[in-house]
Order: sequence, then structure tokens, then C-alpha cells
Amino acid sequence: MAAAVSPTSVESAPRIMKLVAECSRSRARAGELRLPHGPVATPVFMPVGTQATMKGITAEQLDALGCRICLGNTYHLGLRPGPELIQKAHGLHGFMNWPHNLLTDSGGFQMVSLVSLSEVTEEGVRFRSPYDGDESLLSPEKSVEIQNALGSDIIMQLDDVVSSTVTGPRVEEAMYRSIRWLDRCIAAHQRPDKQNLFAIIQGGLDEDLRATCLEEMTKRDVPGFAIGGLSGGESKGQFWRMVALSTSRLPKDKPRYLMGVGYATDLVVCVALGCDMFDCVFPTRTARFGSALVPTGNLQLKKKQYEKDFRPIDPECACPTCQKHSRAFLHALLHSDNTAALHHLTVHNIAYQLRLMSAVRASIVEKRFPDFVQDFMGTMYGDPTLCPAWATEALASVGITLR
Amino acid sequence: MKLSLTKVVNGCRLGKIKNLGKTGDRTMDIPACLLYTKTGSAPHLTHQTLHAIHGVPAMAQLTLSSLAEHHEVLAEYKEGIGKFIGMPESLLYCSLHDPVSPCPAGYVTNKSVSVWGVGGRVEMTASKFMTIQQALQPDWFQCLSDGEASCEEGTSIKRARKSVDRSLLFLDNCLRLQEESEVLRKSTIIGVIEGGDVMEERLRSARETAKRPVGGFLLDGFQGNPTTLETRLYLLSSVTAELPEDKPRLICGVSRPDEVLECIERGVDLFESFFPYQVTERGCALTFSFDYQPNPEETLSQQNGIQEEIKYTDQTKKIKTTSCNQEITSFEINLKEKKGTRRTLIHL
Repeated sequence: MAAAVSPTSVESAPRIMKLVAECSRSRARAGELRLPHGPVATPVFMPVGTQATMKGITAEQLDALGCRICLGNTYHLGLRPGPELIQKAHGLHGFMNWPHNLLTDSGGFQMVSLVSLSEVTEEGVRFRSPYDGDESLLSPEKSVEIQNALGSDIIMQLDDVVSSTVTGPRVEEAMYRSIRWLDRCIAAHQRPDKQNLFAIIQGGLDEDLRATCLEEMTKRDVPGFAIGGLSGGESKGQFWRMVALSTSRLPKDKPRYLMGVGYATDLVVCVALGCDMFDCVFPTRTARFGSALVPTGNLQLKKKQYEKDFRPIDPECACPTCQKHSRAFLHALLHSDNTAALHHLTVHNIAYQLRLMSAVRASIVEKRFPDFVQDFMGTMYGDPTLCPAWATEALASVGITLR
Repeated sequence: MKLSLTKVVNGCRLGKIKNLGKTGDRTMDIPACLLYTKTGSAPHLTHQTLHAIHGVPAMAQLTLSSLAEHHEVLAEYKEGIGKFIGMPESLLYCSLHDPVSPCPAGYVTNKSVSVWGVGGRVEMTASKFMTIQQALQPDWFQCLSDGEASCEEGTSIKRARKSVDRSLLFLDNCLRLQEESEVLRKSTIIGVIEGGDVMEERLRSARETAKRPVGGFLLDGFQGNPTTLETRLYLLSSVTAELPEDKPRLICGVSRPDEVLECIERGVDLFESFFPYQVTERGCALTFSFDYQPNPEETLSQQNGIQEEIKYTDQTKKIKTTSCNQEITSFEINLKEKKGTRRTLIHL
């Protein structure tokens, strides 16, 4: 049952994406997003900050690493401190003292993570605040209202999120509801000139449902589309097929944001499949466990083998951690009770992700993306043929064969 | 290294220490504080965030308790602790213990002193201690010493005497070992004044230590809670009176602003700066004003203010946290209190 297009008239959504280069073989694109707080080169990795600070890294450090867009979580901020207080602090930008772009999610994803607290109805998501026990309703209108107060450059529709491991009628219900909620978000959005509302394609791992969602949502004139409902517990084989299906049906002249991705290999493959924007807690979360990201995978710096390793984490890395510190020092610091160790690793891991995306982009612009993928897989897995099967298949599907 | 006094007012010394550091071209003003570190890093801060702050002290304090267990790594590294921790440009002072978490008492013998690291106890004879310092290569280091005479209440004269004897013996051994090593000769030994609460022993320690070729003096055993420092202040004046004017006087375990001022008035030059760390750990923020008003009338009302502050510190609030009772001083505000505007700060 398709939803009717919202009768409320909305100005034609701006074209915020400018394509700079396209890979002649795969679906990879390099572009530039034109956003209220400045341009952003794509493909782009957007670091995630929970509760208005990057855990372990300041806004200044993020700026110094070249980050020009990062994420704020509406669920946490919407509850505590709340939109009124944030507005008093000149929006989320003022609150975080962040001069560049911000993307806020709708608050919906946390529903899945904190599902014991929530209940989904057609109205919205009803949940109990973990901070003071109060019951609230997060409706599409409320979510947009909060995000309007936060003043982020990109805002996300409230979608009905189901875990990718769920099957059956619930998935279909969630997909159609997400379309209806998209229309309600569009209608409720007070600042389309200042904030870009993105739709989120749902449909789980079902081809037909996803195709329906794509068909319907692309009828709505929003500035960008996110591919949602993936990067949960699904198999990688199912994952890439849904990504590829989505990018094949999304308009070329609008950005594609793949939510919750991810690991380095996943980023490279999904760029090949035609995605432009990514976010993931992985680099910051893994830093807090003492793990440093490198082109060959990761270094578990707490391990004894690094005790006398006087090299930096990555000799090619220009981040402050690698400029000043050795693996041996970080090893010693990780075994102490000084949290500075975790901050050092967070800075490095974010730098790694940003540098990876820069390198990907440069290869697309310089028309050598397939070679880049080849080299990347070789470095990561020892040999390109040792790359995981799903990645090899996904790349082959868009014309990149690993030798 | 050379200490020149610009002036002395009411016992407070103002001056400069010149020719510091391995290249001999660094200078430090006194009075001053040392940057507190744990395992060679300021707590919670990376080099980048630390240097966003103005007025980072020229000299950082390292603690042997956090570094001793890494001495083999440092010996293999060869280039010294400063470079290893990413602070090659900083002056470095290595103390025995961490002022925030002092080691358990009862482990000092005639031949050794112990420190506790993450991996457990590290026992050090004078020889091992100097081997470790040779790997660290700090600019200054506290000599191996017996600081336990001041640990319990009502310490005996016998224990106080032993602390002085042992510390002098350690000092002489360490000086001799320093002579035999080119690397160690580039570092300055700081002699440690012990003697518990026994005036006679304190004076003996000061006089005897001053006879040795040390670069400065550490006044040990004056720390404790605010009331113990009060009662020891008279000892402090007597001790510093015995020390040469042209060498720096450090004190350990004293970092609260009011206590620092009391010690400056009694001839102390250098202090640890662990107080901000303690305040942070209990979720508070420092808010006291330290403006100096040259106007005599205002100075008077400010003096009255200080009197009140000192009275107030006697009534420090105790808040019960999940783990322990903590005392909040009058120099800070508790960010965990549920006041509207502060929620923003807590949040960040």
C-alpha cells in the first residue's frame, strides 16, 4: 500500500551534490557537498560524537585533522540537555564549538539499541528516558523539531528501524511506515533552506521491499538519501547486495549516505558500489580498547610485542600521535591508569579513516580507482586474492576484478 | 645551574634558576610549580590538548613509581625518558613517589626503597636506583630516601633518626655512583630532607645534606591533611633557615593554593601540581580568584577574605560518592550538583 505524496508544498530541494569525477568501471564517484557550514569533499567518512563531544577528542583536534562534517546524536542530546538549552547555546554548533558541518540522526537508531525502553506505534516511538524515567513520544514531527533546534546542516527523517536480522511482516510494516514518516518529516520541517532533510531507505534484506521503498522515496524531492537498516547482524553477502540494489535505483545527482559503515574494507567496497557518505563508531570504539588502525589491519598495542617497538603506529601517518609517540610509549601508557592513551589512539584512528577516504577520492579523480582497490586489498590481506569472498563478489559486480 | 634571587619579602623568595637542561640554556622562574604527570603524560591530556593551555610549566614531574617498571625498555631505547614520552623540550624532574597515591609504608630497609607500579613492587638498592636513572636521564631527580618517619602519628625519635641516617647513606652512595657515570653526571641530584616531626633530626638532616654537592633540596614528610601541615609549618621554617640560599627548595605532597602560599612564606621555591587532577577526579572545577590588588584598602578586605576562606576550608563539605568520601575545598565548584547552568558544563 503506497503512501500518497504529502500535499504540503515544499520548495524544490536544493542540489547539494556536485559530481567532480566518476570511475569509468565501477560506480565510484568523487564529489563535493555544498553545505551551510562549508564544502565537504566526497567520498567522506563522518566521525560520530555521542552527547556532543567526540569521545576522547576535542572539536579543535577534529578540525586540525581536516574533518569538515561530523555526527551528533539526537536521541542523547534531545533528552539531555534538551533542545531549549541547546538553542540558548546557539545550536549544536555553538554548544560543541564546532565551526564546520554537522549531521544529526533522528533519534530512531537508538531505539533499536535501547529497545527494552521503547515501543513503536504509528504515532512514533514511545520510550522511557534512562536519565529521569520520564515517558516521551518521539514522533516524526518531534524529531524534526529537535533537529531544527539543533541547527545541524543535514537532518535525518525519523524512520521505523528494524534490525536486519528480523524477518516477516514487521519488516514490511516498518518500510511503509518509514515512507509515511518521511512525508510527515517533510511537512514538519521548518528550515528547508538552512537544513537538508535526508530520507532513509528501508526494506531490510528483502529485495522487493527495498525496491518498493526506493521507488516511493525517490518520488519525494529531498536533497539526499541514506541507505538504512543495514550494518547490523546480517551476513556480508546480503549486505552488499542491498547496498548495490539501493545505489542502482537512487538518483545520481544526489548524495548517498550509507549508515553505520565501517571497517576499511567495507568503505572501499561501498565506494565502488556508489556510496558517498559514511559514519561508524568503529574507529573511536576500537581506540578505547587499545587498538590502532593501520593499512594492514590493526595493532593491539597492549600486547607484549609492542613493549620495545620504538616506531610510530604508522610511519606514513601525519597525525599528532604518530608525529610524537612510539608504539612502545603507547603500550606503557595503555597499561597505566592514565586515559591519555585512549585519546592518542582515538586521534590516530580518526586520522586513519579520514586519510583513507582522501586517498580513495584522489584515486577516483585521477582515474585510477580500480588500481587503488587492488593495492588496498593487497596491503590489507597480503594478496588481493585473499580478500574476503563477499568483497570480491561485490567488486566484480561493478566491474572490478581482483587479480 | 645557578639560582639568583631577585628579592626576598617576608620569607618569600623571588628569583630565577638559570643554565638548566642538558644544553644549559634553559631558565625557570621561582616560585613555580611542576607539571604533574602519570606514566609520563599529563592525566587525560594529549600533547596537543595540553599545549592549548597557556602557561604550561617549564619543568614536568615524572614519578619513579610509574616509570621504574619500564626501565629495561628505556635502557634499550637509550635516548632518555623525555624523548620517549614525547616531551623532548621539557625540563624533567623525577620524584620517587606519586603524590596522589603514595606507596604503602613498611618497605624501606637499610639497603633499599620500594615503589609500586602497575605491575607490582619494584625494590631498589642505590645501585639499581642509579641504573634506572641512567636509563631515564632526567634533568633532576630526587635521591633515594627514607620518607616513612612521617607516615604514622607520633613517630618516635628513633624512627626519625633512622630516616635521616638512611637517607644520608643513600645520598652518599648515589653521589659516588654518579661520579662513575658520564651519563648520570648530566643529571642533578636533589637531596632529601627527612627527620619526621623531630626538630633536632630535621636540623641535622638539613645541615648534613647541605654539606653534600646536591643541586637542590626536597623537603619530604610535610604532606598530609591540612591540619598536619599546619602543625609542621614551624618545622619547615627552621629547616629552610639551615639551607643555602642559592639552591632551589622543593616540597612534595603540597599542592593546594593556601598550603602553597604558606610554604612560599617559609622559603619553598618549587611545588607539585597534582591538586587540579584531584579536583577533576571528583568532578569539580577550580573557580578561585587569584588576582592581586595593590590598593591597600582593597588588600585589607582581601586579607579578610582570605581569613574567611581559611576558616571555610575547615568546614569543607564532604560528599558521599559511589566509592568514597571526598572533601571539596573552597577553591572549586561541584559540577555534579543539579543546577541549571552547570548542566551544560557537566555535559561537556
